[in-house]
Amino acid sequence: MTNKAGSKPAYELLGLRASEYDDICSRLGREPSYVELAIFSLMWSEHCGYKHSRPLLKGLPVGGDCILQGPGENAGIIDIGDDFAIAMKIESHNHPSAIEPFQGAATGIGGIVRDIFAVGARPIACLDPLHFGSLAKARQRFLLEGVVAGVAAYGNCMGIPTIGGEIHFEDSYEDNCLVNVMCVGLVRHGGILKASASGEGNLIFLIGSATGRDGIGGASVLASAEFDETAEEKRPTVQVGDPFTEKKLLEACLEMRDRGLLVGLQDLGAGGLSSSASEMASKGGAGIDLDISRVPLREKGMEPFEIMISESQERMLACVEPHNEDSVNEVCARWDLDATVVGQATASGRLRIFNAGELIGDMPVAALVDEAPTYVVEPLRPSHEVDEPLGEDRYPQPADLNQTLLTLLASPNICSRRWVWQQYDHMVQTNNALWPGGEAAVLRIKGQKRGVAFTTDGNGRRCYLDPRRGARAVVAEAARNLACVGARPLAITNCLNFGNPEKGGIYHQFKEAVAGMREACQALGTPVTGGNVSFYNESFGKAIYPNPVIGMMGLVEDVSRIQTHAFKDEGDAVLLLGGARPAVDGSEYQLRIHGEVAGRIPDVDLELEKKVQSLVREAIIKGLAKSAHDVSDGGLACCLAESAIAGGIGAAIELDSSRRPDILLFGEAPGLIVITTAAASLEPLLELADGLPLKQIGRTGGGRLSINAGGAALVDVPLAQIKRAWEASLEAIVAGNDAPAGS
Amino acid sequence: MKAKVYITPKKGILDPQGAAIEHALPALGFGGVANVRVGKYIELDLSGRDGSDEVDKMCKKLLANPIIEDFKFELVPD
Amino acid sequence: MSTLPQTETRTVRFGVVIFPGSNCDADSHDAVGTFAAAAARYLWHKDTGLDGLDCVILPGGFSYGDYLRSGAIARFSPIMEAVTRFAADGGLVIGICNGFQILLESGLLPGAIHRNQALKFVCRLVSLRVENATTPFTNKYNQGQVIRVPIAHMEGNYFIDAPGLASLEQHKQIVVRYCDESGSATKEANPNGSLANIAGVCNREGNVFGLMPHPERVCDPVVGGADGRGVFASIINSITQART
Repeated sequence: MTNKAGSKPAYELLGLRASEYDDICSRLGREPSYVELAIFSLMWSEHCGYKHSRPLLKGLPVGGDCILQGPGENAGIIDIGDDFAIAMKIESHNHPSAIEPFQGAATGIGGIVRDIFAVGARPIACLDPLHFGSLAKARQRFLLEGVVAGVAAYGNCMGIPTIGGEIHFEDSYEDNCLVNVMCVGLVRHGGILKASASGEGNLIFLIGSATGRDGIGGASVLASAEFDETAEEKRPTVQVGDPFTEKKLLEACLEMRDRGLLVGLQDLGAGGLSSSASEMASKGGAGIDLDISRVPLREKGMEPFEIMISESQERMLACVEPHNEDSVNEVCARWDLDATVVGQATASGRLRIFNAGELIGDMPVAALVDEAPTYVVEPLRPSHEVDEPLGEDRYPQPADLNQTLLTLLASPNICSRRWVWQQYDHMVQTNNALWPGGEAAVLRIKGQKRGVAFTTDGNGRRCYLDPRRGARAVVAEAARNLACVGARPLAITNCLNFGNPEKGGIYHQFKEAVAGMREACQALGTPVTGGNVSFYNESFGKAIYPNPVIGMMGLVEDVSRIQTHAFKDEGDAVLLLGGARPAVDGSEYQLRIHGEVAGRIPDVDLELEKKVQSLVREAIIKGLAKSAHDVSDGGLACCLAESAIAGGIGAAIELDSSRRPDILLFGEAPGLIVITTAAASLEPLLELADGLPLKQIGRTGGGRLSINAGGAALVDVPLAQIKRAWEASLEAIVAGNDAPAGS
Repeated sequence: MKAKVYITPKKGILDPQGAAIEHALPALGFGGVANVRVGKYIELDLSGRDGSDEVDKMCKKLLANPIIEDFKFELVPD
Repeated sequence: MSTLPQTETRTVRFGVVIFPGSNCDADSHDAVGTFAAAAARYLWHKDTGLDGLDCVILPGGFSYGDYLRSGAIARFSPIMEAVTRFAADGGLVIGICNGFQILLESGLLPGAIHRNQALKFVCRLVSLRVENATTPFTNKYNQGQVIRVPIAHMEGNYFIDAPGLASLEQHKQIVVRYCDESGSATKEANPNGSLANIAGVCNREGNVFGLMPHPERVCDPVVGGADGRGVFASIINSITQART
């Protein structure tokens, strides 16, 4: 405890402004007690209170025919017909993972999984978008290994398949890795649970692990302010995940749901009991009285405020009618879980905290949950955002385009992610209709013809160059990925990763990204069902790339009519669909080969995008498309190479263009898809396209990938060579060896 | 009494974790390290009794797998 | 003469044990459900009766979190006493992944499992060579047949001492081995460092079988293959044969 810190008022140490403290005092009509101050500081934190994001997020489209539950609940719920619904949510666990990657990632999974079963859904899959700094640094390899192992340890033990996600490496994430975690669940309409406490006299059960000093975080200043000698013991501890307990918690909660024992269910996540209890009371339009002396503790001598804000994992709060008390105890005992009545619902509209009968906190629920102050910052467009794209002659043309292709395929941002997904159990629950590594994941629903498809997308680099266009492109790419497996996009969940929003430049990025997301979601008909905002991802004054990450779900009408990106047979026609004009700006080629991130990215044509995606989907369902692959990182050449590798079949491509070969091959622009079709299906496919930009560019076959343009040979490499570059790269880099590019 | 139980891979049994650590140490400048074995350490509170036989049985029955693991333990006053 | 009751009694009845932390219980249950001649029901780890069952499945997962050692705590569940008696009476018992680990810990099968040589969890399809196609669990495969079945484990590295291995070989207790696609049990085809590429073993009597790979995950072409069906078909076949 330094003198400097000690001289500051407690509220400031807790991250509250003087004006916020005054606001709290006026709402309470007095100064808050320590326990109240700790609770307000959490509920009015950026994380729980959405102080800088709430006004802007209001503009996002949230409604839709299939939306059963939108933002504000533990998870969004989307109707998929026949009484089935999908619950989904994405969340960040960036800061904990940067400190302790294994446990940070593991507890991230634990948290998002609880969100899903809190709404009564059985978790059926996880997807994890991850962003790290360059793997050239040992610390980044340590973070990657730890995060992947943590995801695996928790998800695998829970028996929830990890079926997708993505991994990007950019210097911008060096001090602030992004660990976003998404979970989806399946629920029958009648099984949906609300996170509400209501009914005066109903019991509030705390179920699961005992409470310790986990993740006390910033509020630990209260402890150190009070205790000097013992401060060391009171430091916030790294949260440790216990997937075994969570698995039992999951089964017990779903069993209690099936038996109709629950009025409401809420998980304990960020903000612990404080947040969960006030949220439950708020949703139920009720109040809650808690007696913290009843909370089972793991450590001795915990202060009341520590009990209220502890982020100990694997805990749920349930609202239960008194006559069901014995049944709840019976189910929990069967699963060897602690279940303790820690309070009751009231009609007071207040969260009241008792310690063995003594009232130590009394706050209006509405003030805690709904009335955190919001802030609007004057946006400031950073100077690196420019209006005009770079000139096409800015960079020298690579001498050897074969080598450039191999280098890009071995790039950590493009190469095979097998090293990662083999560590995840991606098959448990036996619904995996596609193997990992494709455009999107597809799960069947047992006993049904239909299936569901999921993908996550984020591209901070593009958003850095133009947050609005970048966000539009991210949403469009997610939808395109789903279309490429034959799914119809229904809704998104988002995880908005940004720097410090109090700065005009960051606020600008956030504002523009949200606007771009709104435009794309409206155009593509994919409302936002919830998500999470993660601000302050910056260190030493340097922020991460603005990175709105999208998790999107889509519906597959017939799970036997889906498609992969792999070339299927020799002699199929290769077609390029879409009208976008590739550019160097913001591309992997620009970064990897020319070492720059600059310019202005091309914008996505959302109207055309929608038509292009419908066409792909229809072509797949009608059996006219034998493969479909979005042209993304690494441009057309890498797209073709990936399909060739996946299918073990080469291709001969002839492009009709006079553009610079490097831009033609490796330039990027949202909206292009490579499709293959049997020769006999070519005519019907072109007919189906009905004037949309779709043209044949070559044929599959042979053991080489060759790309010609205007009569000149640009690329001609054996399949085995591109496969080697692409396949073994990540393993080699993680092991600290050089990538085998070009070998 | 408190029992301190040490469980180690049996001599001659492959210990992949030990091998990985042994491999990593020279890279960090710690040469000349051999026979790294990774085991488990378990503490048990015996609430006052001297339970030597009891701990021996616990080890044989649950704490160690005699096919691949050796164990030893010591009893120390609380 | 009524035929319907006879048909019902002919149904081969499987019991799938749920330990705390089991997570392939439903997958095994559902895999059995794809066979018209079979039915499955769940058993709770505290149950003590296995009345009327033809085959007990100990499913995959992380029983008791795999804390201490995989399977070490589950083997002391009340149901394991019943399973031991059931096996001693000749009942068919199959342990898959974590279930195999439990069978090893309980001594119903010889050997032990430790951590994968690469120290990482590995989930992927592997090729298996059927070494003994005469067991009740493999009689629908051909001797030497290569099948594609997924593995998903952190601890699947099978070990047994030299006399134990000799005894396994002598009594044809090695039921499946990891191999390459052409059927050779090479070092490269060994995904976890298992001794002699052993993927699954049976007891000397042949009625208790454990394996690390997951046949229940490949019982439907929609989700990656159907090569695992042979295991369940074999069990159904041998039970049906024994009745006639």
